[in-house]
Parts: sequence; structure tokens; C-alpha cells
Amino acid sequence: MTDAPKLMGDGPRAPRVDRLRAGLKRRYAREFRFRLYGLLAIGLAVGFLLLLLGRIFEQGHTAFVTNEMTVPVYMDPARVDRAYPHGTNFEQLVAEQQLRRFGIQDDATGTAAAEMRQLFSSELRFKAADRVAAEPGLIGQTVTIAAPVADNADLYFKGEITLATPADQRLLSDRQIAWLDRMKAEGAVRAHFNTALFTRGDSTEPEQAGLLGAVIGSALMLLVTAVIAIPLGVGAAVYLEEFAPKGRLTDLIEVNINNLAAVPSIIYGLLGLMLFINWMQLPRASPLVGGLVLALMALPTIIIATRSSLKAVPPSIREAALALGASKTQTVFQHTLPLAMPGVMTGAIISMAHALGETAPLLLIGMVNFVPGIPHGFGEPTGALPSLIYIWENASERAFHERTAAAILVLLAFMIVMNAAAILLRRHFERRW
Amino acid sequence: MTWLFLPLLLIAAIAAWFVGSAVARRRGEGQRLHSRPAQHGAYALIWTAVPALVVLFAASVFSAPVERHLTLTGAPEVVQQLEPFRREAFFADARAVGAGRTTMQVWVAPYAELLPAEGARTGRIGQMLSLGGVVAAALACLLGVLFVFSQIRPGLRARNRVEGWIVGVLFACSVVAVLTTVGIIASLVYDSIRFFAEVPIAEFLFGTQWSPQTAIRVDQVGSTGAFGALPLFAGTFLIMLIAMTVAAPVGLFAAIYLSEYAGPIFRATVKPVLEILAGVPTVVYGFFAALTVGPAFRVFFNEIGGWMIGGPLDGIGQYLSLVQNQMALVAGAVMGIMLIPFVSSLSDDIINAVPQSLRDGSYAMGATRSETVKRVLLPAALPGVAGAMLLAVSRAIGETMIVLMAAGAAANLTLNPLSPVTTVTYQIVALLTGDNDFNSTKVLSAFGLGLTLFFVTLLLNIVAHRIVQTYRQQYD
Repeated sequence: MTDAPKLMGDGPRAPRVDRLRAGLKRRYAREFRFRLYGLLAIGLAVGFLLLLLGRIFEQGHTAFVTNEMTVPVYMDPARVDRAYPHGTNFEQLVAEQQLRRFGIQDDATGTAAAEMRQLFSSELRFKAADRVAAEPGLIGQTVTIAAPVADNADLYFKGEITLATPADQRLLSDRQIAWLDRMKAEGAVRAHFNTALFTRGDSTEPEQAGLLGAVIGSALMLLVTAVIAIPLGVGAAVYLEEFAPKGRLTDLIEVNINNLAAVPSIIYGLLGLMLFINWMQLPRASPLVGGLVLALMALPTIIIATRSSLKAVPPSIREAALALGASKTQTVFQHTLPLAMPGVMTGAIISMAHALGETAPLLLIGMVNFVPGIPHGFGEPTGALPSLIYIWENASERAFHERTAAAILVLLAFMIVMNAAAILLRRHFERRW
Repeated sequence: MTWLFLPLLLIAAIAAWFVGSAVARRRGEGQRLHSRPAQHGAYALIWTAVPALVVLFAASVFSAPVERHLTLTGAPEVVQQLEPFRREAFFADARAVGAGRTTMQVWVAPYAELLPAEGARTGRIGQMLSLGGVVAAALACLLGVLFVFSQIRPGLRARNRVEGWIVGVLFACSVVAVLTTVGIIASLVYDSIRFFAEVPIAEFLFGTQWSPQTAIRVDQVGSTGAFGALPLFAGTFLIMLIAMTVAAPVGLFAAIYLSEYAGPIFRATVKPVLEILAGVPTVVYGFFAALTVGPAFRVFFNEIGGWMIGGPLDGIGQYLSLVQNQMALVAGAVMGIMLIPFVSSLSDDIINAVPQSLRDGSYAMGATRSETVKRVLLPAALPGVAGAMLLAVSRAIGETMIVLMAAGAAANLTLNPLSPVTTVTYQIVALLTGDNDFNSTKVLSAFGLGLTLFFVTLLLNIVAHRIVQTYRQQYD
């Protein structure tokens, strides 16, 4: 810097410092802006997450409550079928009795009764029929029966359908809303926790549709995935990290695993469709096939996680074991792998959580179809939580919207529990060498 | 049958372990054993269980195709002449009748009489095959037992052999990864070849018409089927471009802030949030796109269009006021949100890999932090960041659920982000959900699309990994 003093002496001092000061100001302003962009980006990401979760909670929380209607049913001996109570049209029967109670004269075609009937769930029929079948003596008497209201009536009580919308765009007529108000005023309608959502399988009627079938389907699937992917993945990782000779074959396997981890999930769906369903003729849409496909998907992730936690075990442990006369296999299985286990389990749980939310491959192996009821085995067609979300999102009934969001909340709850377990495991057992 | 055999095999294996140790102990009395008795036991266990398991596995993989072949070749002429999917249905119903259940379908005269006989025959074939598998497995087990017990003697290096088996099993585990790739390629290529035999590759890659509905009856009008996938590629590209416009700057800036500006506490709170964003299943993003972002964007554009109508931009206003929920912009924007944590965590790793000495040198010259980032860190990290972006592009191309729920089904060849477009992944799902007849060009075209998707993402991944790796080595 020999020319610096010369530069300094070149001209008047003050304007140059001013110029530098001004430049500095500009530079600091730029610095400030840059920093702001960074904060803005993080704010955006966090904001999106809050918006996403907030919206889903907003749409879904109403589904956890449902409205139940308690109605008196006169078991009319002329109408109730003694031999086969389930064949009786109880909805029509109750609708007519309600109209009579309200003092409304129906027209010749029975439009009022038809409209009234739409307010009851078909569950009413099953409950009434069950009562009669269990106790035939009830015929001729009046029984009170509690059953969920129909999906649109439920939406009205929750404020999703209001009188403010013009009548032709509303799912309920003015008359129906008046009746509902009247029943509510009489105290016949009661809101309570929606147990059906957690104790039933899928149904075409929103008020009777539940998640249990899908939750059990997902659980069976994850069981298959865990039983296959975890041992295979850990085994492969142990081989590659501890035993594999450096060579072309090992390189090939490694490149392969890295690429498999990035193959789009839908490709695994195509593989499952061709290999497990068309070639091996395993039952479509079964937890077995779903679990196998998810296992192949989870394999690379588990291998990568296991390898990194095996790498973290210091070589001194291996050397000590070998020095004491342990064989290579004994070293790995009695020292290295047990020490790496917390990391392995964390990786396994996280990849299982990922597999739980995977949807696209399930659609290809047949889990897009409506499956009522609750699966009992690995070979039966079943739904899974994420595919149920997709099916419900596509359903035309408005009442399925809130239930879709509720299903998402349940799915997210499962994932949060799994991830929290992984984090706790890591916190508890993690060791810094 | 098989399920009955497995517990038996387990019992046999455990018995082999005990007997093997006992035999080793007795034969080695008074002498020094090379391996401990328990290791002999383990060796006996392996030879009892593994051969039988291998046979059972092979039987379960290969019995289905063999069964199909036998059922078909032994069937009466009339059944063989049925169309494939009717034939499948016939055999399914025959099996149901054989098992004493009632069938869902009604079969007409020649078939109805055949059902019970065919049911009995297919049932016999199934039983024969599963019995054959179990007998072969039992035989393999027996041979293994005979072999291993003839081997046990004091000098047997049982430990080394057991360890050799263990390494072999571990190697087999890692080969599963290679087999998966082989399986993917085989299952895609097999049906793709059949597809490209009917539709020329050039027409598939460069054709501009996509309407895969082929005629079911010969006299049907208006559904000849066109398999030009260019609109799908354009739609995929458009959505990917929108997603990257969202994810690249936001993800990169978030990574820069986290690695260069944020304090430890800030980082410790923001990183888990980004991880949660990364862990949200794509079907949830799809729901968000379809029911929140889509309607919001539609209302927004309709309002703007409403203002423009009657003004100088009347035409655009007319268009905007008719925009629908399903558009490329919605799917792209939501996919961009999904990719933010992916881009930011990859970029974070890469920026952190730039040596501290470069930063220190820049600060020593009087540069501000942002100047250091812009003039030193980013140029140094550029290849790595480019690799990360390529990985994100590959993720965007292969993403299915968001486009399935928010992008629409119309195969429009357009770059207009407000129009509904369709993508490769959307079409794969659309073509393969429903009644699958694996002889129709429509279903086969899904495999052509799948193969294209697989190769494009594979290429992107290989290039990206290579870039990132050479970049890492630069600073190691």
C-alpha cells in the first residue's frame, strides 16, 4: 500500500470522505435490504405453514362434533314389518309422524314427508329396526330413538348453511330450515362428540362415515412395511458400511440407492402394480401389497440413515473389539450396531412417518375405490388414511369437506406423534463421541 | 398350507439349534472344538431354515404365473376364446363357486354349466401348487438337515461358516436395492415396448394431441385415441417452472439467512418449523391447493377481471372473470411451498460447506455480510446450489398428489399459468385407476409415460449428484 498516502494527498480530503460515507450508507442500506429478504423468505415459509395448518384446523374442527336428534317413534303395527323389521321404511314413518305432530297437512304426492325424511340419517332406520328386532313387543308402542341428523341438517346446525344464501343455491329449503329450528327449540337436537368418526369404516353417507377402517388399513400396511423394510435396510447398510469391499459392485449398489431415494413415488406404484398385482397375483388394494410397495420406497431412506449413524460410531470401538479377539461379525453385531441403534431407530421411525403419508403409489394399487367397513386381514381390500383423504376430497357431498380436513388432522396427529417419538429417542440416547 | 408350514419350520430350526449344539458337544468330547457348541447349533439352524425359506420364497413369487398358465391351457375352448378381462372374471367366479360362495355376475348358457367343474379344477391346481411348494420346501429342509449333521465334527470351522452366511445375507439385503431398480425398469420397459409397438415413439414425444380414450366398440365415434404427449410435457414443465419460481428464491434466501445471519436460538426454532413443512404429506398440500388456494386465486382473478371489463383491457378482463379453480398457477404455487424446505435444507448444507477462510478473507477486505454472500459465497457455492435446484426440479416433475387435486385434466398445450393443464403424473393415475385392461393402448400408454418420467428424473438426479459431489470434493 505504498501509493495510499499519495492518493490521500491527491485532492481535498473532505469531499472524498463524504463520497465514501455516502457509499457506505448505500452499502449498509443494501445490507439491510438483503437481510430483510432473508427474513422475509423465512417469514413466508413459516407463514405458509401456519396458514396451511390454520386453514385445515378451521375447516376440520367442526367435524369432531355432530348433532343428534331424539325423536318419538310410534311403532305403527300396520307399517312395521314383524317378520323383517329392517325392511320397514322407518324414515318415511317418522317423517309422517313428525308432520302430524307439527300439524302440517301434506299434499297428495307427499313432498313435505319427502323433505322431512331428508333430515334424518338412514341410521335412524337401522336403530329403530334393531330395537324392534330385539324386542318385538314394542310394536304398537311409542319409543324415543336418538340418531344422527342427516349431513345437510348437521351443516345447518353448524352454521355452514345459512338462510342468507338464496333458496335455490341452498341444500335445504326454507321449510326444512323452519322444521330444524323448531326441533332445536323443542330440545330434540343435541350436539355431542362425533364418535362415529373414530369407530366406523367409510360410508357413502357422510354422517355415518368414519376413519377407523382407514386407520387400521394404514396400521396393517405400516406393519408390513416395518417388518420388511427395517431389517432389509439395516442389513444392507451394515453390509455397505462394514463389510463391503471397495469395488465396482459396491459403487454400483451405492449409486443405485442414492437414485432410488429420488425416484418419484408414483413410479413405485407402477412397480407395485406390475410386480405384486399382475405378476404375483396378490390381492388388489390389500395392506399386504401396499406395505410391500411402501417398504421398497422406504428402503433407501432407512439405508442412508443407518449408514450415517454407523459412520458416527468412532473407529476406536471397532479397533478395541477386534484387538480383544472378536471377529468382524461379532464386532459389528455386539458393539457397532448396538451403539448406532438410536440413530437407526430414529431414521426408521421418520421413514415410517413418511410412508404413512404417501398417497400416489396407493392409488395405483387400487386404493382409490370405496371400501366400506373395517379390514380384518392383510389380504382384504382396504383403504388407507391418505387415500381416504383423497377419496373424501373428491366426494360431492359438502359434509365430506369438513371430514376430509378432520381426517388430515388425524393423519397429522399420527405423524407428529411418530416424529416426536423419533426426536425424544434421539435426545435421550444420542451420544457425542 | 404355507402358513401352516412356517411355524413348523420355525420349530424345526430351533430344534436344530439345540440338537446341533448337543451333537457338537458329544462328538467333541475329550477333544478341543474349533468353534463353540452354540456356533455349531447356529450353523445347523441356518442349514435347516434357509434352504426351505428360499424354496418357499421362490414358490410364492413364481406360483401365480404358473397357476395362470395352467388354468388357461386346461380350460375348455369356449372359455379360452373369451376376452382377457372376461376370462379373468370367469375364473374368479369359478373359484368362488368352487369355494361354495355365490357369484356376483350372471353367466349365460355355455359358461354357467362350466363354472362348477372349472371351479373344482382351478381349486385343484391352486392346491397342487401350494402343496408342491410346501413339499419342495420340506425336502429342501430335510436335505439341509442331512447335510449339516453329517458335517458337525470337532474340526468344523462352524463360527467362520456362520459368519460367512451372515455376510451373505447382508449382501443379499443390499442387492434388494439393485433388484428394485431392475424391477422398476423391467416393469416399465415391458409394457412400454408393447405401447411403442402401437404408437411410434416420435408421435408419442412430439404429437400435440392427447386423448387416450380408445374405442371400446368398433362402431364408436369420436374416440380414436391420440397419444401425443407434448401437452403433458408442457403442463409438467409449466407447473415445475412456477413451483421453482416460488421455491428457488424463498428457499435460497431462507438458507442464506439461516446460515449467515441467524443466531443459534433463531436457527433452533426455525429449522424444526421447516422440517414440519417438509414432513406434511403431499395429499395435504393437494387438499390445501384444491380448497383454499384455488378458490382464493379464482376470486382474486375474477375480481380483477371484473374491474377491467369495459375498460381498455376488456378482452383480458373477460378472460380473467371466467378463470376457474383449477389452473397451473395454483398447483405450481402450492408445489413451490412444498419445495421450500427441500431447497433450503440442501442449500444450507452447501453454503455451510464453503470454507470459513473464504468468508474471513472477504470480511477482512471490508466487505459487508451481504457483499460476502453475493460476491464470494454464492459464486463459490454456485455449482452446489445448481445441483440442489436440479434435485428440486426432479421432485417437482415427479410430484403427483398436488397436480392430481389442483391442476385439472385438460391436456392443453399452453404456457398460460391461468389455464388448467395436465401433467405426466396426473395422466398415469388417471389411466390406471378404473377398470384396467392390460391389452388396451390406453392403459399401456401409462407405462410409456412412466418410463419417460423415470428416465428424466433419473437423468436429473445423476447430473445433480455428480455436480454436488465434484463441488464437495473441491473444498475437501
